[in-house]
Amino acid sequence: MKPSTKFAIGAVVILGSVTLLITEGVKQTGTYFLTPTQLVERTERDPSFHDVGLKVAAKVVKGSIQRDQVAQRVDFRISDGTQTFPVTFVGHVPDTFTDENDIDVVVEGKLDRNNVFQATDVIAKCGSRYEAVWDKQQTAST
Amino acid sequence: MTLLGQFALWTGFILAAWGGVLAFVARWQERPEVALTIRRTTYAVLVTMLVAAASLWQGLLSHDFNIEYVAGYTSRNLPTYYLITTFWAGQKGSLLFWAVVLSIFGALAQWLTAQRFRDLLPYVAGITNIVAAFFIAVMLFGDHTNPFERLGFTPPDGRGLNPQLQNPGMIAHPPMLYLGYISLTIPFAFAIAALLARRLDAGWIIAMRKWAIVSWLFLSVGITIGMWWAYLELGWGGVWAWDPVENASFHPWLTLTAFLHSVMIQEKRGMLKRWNMSLIIGTFLLSIFGTFITRSGVIASVHSFTQSSVGYFFLAFLLVTGVLSFTLLYTRWGSLEPEAHLEAVASREAAFLFNNLALVGIAFSVLWGTLFPIISEAVRGVKISVGPAFFERVNIPLGLFLLFLTGVGPLIAWRKASARNLQRQFILPGLAFVVGLVGALLVGLRGYSLMTIALGTFVIGTVLQEFTRGVRARMRMHDENLVLALGRLMSRNRRRYGGYIVHVGIVCYFVGGLGQSLRVKESHQLVPGERVTLASPFGHPVTFTFLGVSQYEELNRQVSAATIEVTRPGKAAATLVAEKRQHFNALGEKSFEPSTEVGLISNLQEDLYVYYHGTPDGTERSQFEFIINPLVMWFWIGGALLVIGGVLAMWPGGPQIRARRTEAMQAGYAVPLTESAVTS
Repeated sequence: MKPSTKFAIGAVVILGSVTLLITEGVKQTGTYFLTPTQLVERTERDPSFHDVGLKVAAKVVKGSIQRDQVAQRVDFRISDGTQTFPVTFVGHVPDTFTDENDIDVVVEGKLDRNNVFQATDVIAKCGSRYEAVWDKQQTAST
Repeated sequence: MTLLGQFALWTGFILAAWGGVLAFVARWQERPEVALTIRRTTYAVLVTMLVAAASLWQGLLSHDFNIEYVAGYTSRNLPTYYLITTFWAGQKGSLLFWAVVLSIFGALAQWLTAQRFRDLLPYVAGITNIVAAFFIAVMLFGDHTNPFERLGFTPPDGRGLNPQLQNPGMIAHPPMLYLGYISLTIPFAFAIAALLARRLDAGWIIAMRKWAIVSWLFLSVGITIGMWWAYLELGWGGVWAWDPVENASFHPWLTLTAFLHSVMIQEKRGMLKRWNMSLIIGTFLLSIFGTFITRSGVIASVHSFTQSSVGYFFLAFLLVTGVLSFTLLYTRWGSLEPEAHLEAVASREAAFLFNNLALVGIAFSVLWGTLFPIISEAVRGVKISVGPAFFERVNIPLGLFLLFLTGVGPLIAWRKASARNLQRQFILPGLAFVVGLVGALLVGLRGYSLMTIALGTFVIGTVLQEFTRGVRARMRMHDENLVLALGRLMSRNRRRYGGYIVHVGIVCYFVGGLGQSLRVKESHQLVPGERVTLASPFGHPVTFTFLGVSQYEELNRQVSAATIEVTRPGKAAATLVAEKRQHFNALGEKSFEPSTEVGLISNLQEDLYVYYHGTPDGTERSQFEFIINPLVMWFWIGGALLVIGGVLAMWPGGPQIRARRTEAMQAGYAVPLTESAVTS
């Protein structure tokens, strides 16, 4: 066998393993990443979707956060403008998690049959975190 | 001063665009004075960018809150060093920072490159100018991207800098990463210049390989400091979350690492010319892609800048550059015939090729995972995301394979390894592997952790053997003592021995990664005087006693500090302090949400990491997260070794070694070294 053929076999084995690892990895660990509208639509169509762990990206409804500091429980509502539902989470939320100015949030968990989202994780991203936003009317160029 | 800055941006834009266009349309090959003009535009652009930078700094330091950027990121009570570093804290400033650094690198590339590459240099100037013109154009023509933009009113105080960015890691992390990204333009420019000038020998590689090492070094340092910052500031006890923005910095690092290895094959054997071109073009594109990800908001990430139209400038630039570069490569395809072919699978060449495939495979899998929400939405109509579990599943086995090759590569002979070569080279490192394997088995490690230790000792065995043999040979041949022999060995083969030190550093990162899988984490609510005991993965108990909370004001913040005493058997008791901070502006109003400073005690074995969640009003019961984080220190040791090895490899100059002597010293090399191969 020519060395280049041998090498080609090795290359195919490596690239094959990479492909296999990726496809298996996606199958085993991939989770749905939906908007509230998509989630409601899907659970209405197929109620078994209530039992699927997934992620939802939405905005925190202003003023909706209720913290029970002793029980370490946080209740709040999320919305994408069309659909809104309550979220409940036990655990510590990040410092950036507030309901002051429409922050983006990703919640991970399940939408239970009472349409309350039982979150196992809350990831907050604040729009003003690294970037200040001024009202456009206020700005004027040099 | 914004007027001056604005003027500098426009002048810089016009000069860079002019220099860029001239390099491609003027017939400078026959007219040396035109070639010189093109090269000198890089210096002119540099001057304009320095003026722009000085203007922005002036605005920041003088609290000119009429400038939107100054008002948006600083406040009157922000310490001066943060005023200086706010330059690159936000979108607009970082764009200017990019343009400034690129103009510095562009000028340095003209200034430092040897005259024998002069027929590449006008092209190099052209490409760095075009990239600089692009960045300046983004500032001038983008939506809210001009750092000198003024507000219609002057606020009494600025908004202040996000407290999470008020950390020494944040002073250094973004600029290091930017320096890495930006300096990639230079190797890319040399590659494109070589293609344009049809100078397709290894000349362009020799002209730019120090630059590639510089980029690699900055990327490595930037990524590692980023890990350190995330570890201290984000409070979840980990160093790497596989967030899209983190991944974006990892992609070019992986392909650049592949490139640094595969160019050696081109230098020594004249193979892989097309591959190397593709790799360096790909690396540059990935760095632009990373910028696009960070700034466009197309992929949800906790780190990114706000969603803005700037991303689409980068997307357009990415597509145009990609199409043009690969088209150019295609037209030169025939001139990039390899001068030699693979002679055996048991050879250095093959080991490097497999290393390249593994690195590119990892890069591809990380890219795939990062983009999967977009891909799945396009293909299946539903967004599916993958998290850390995916990246770990895929990358740990590939990483271990790579670690194995890290041990094999330096040992195996070029062209074709003989049975004798294999025997001579592999016995000791093989023994090290067995020792590591048995040792790790005895302490109870299994699976990936076991392989990490075994392969890690194998790599270290390889490096030690290389050093010992090199030093012995010098001592014998030159009658030098140990220290002198070691010093000269390293200083005369900088890239090689620098590389070995880097290999040891990489082993340290793997050890750190292994530690992450052993992390112990518990949440507790304690009143002062209460204690909790966690079992360390090393077997001993660790007791945390909550002593109390003190509150005080400091600089621009109000601090609640929880003091905790830590006791471990056989060690003196120690205390650590975990803080909750509320920042205020000069008017005494709260700025930003509260932030947290973790309490930390580190040693080589483990980090004790305490996160204070605060004390609910009216109670004494405070909430904590206690984490025992084994082997984290090894990430930072690995980082230090990367820097030492990288600096050694890139250090300019160095005596030229006569080929024959090198050949005799480099055990395992079965190929006569040509002159070009030893002028490192």
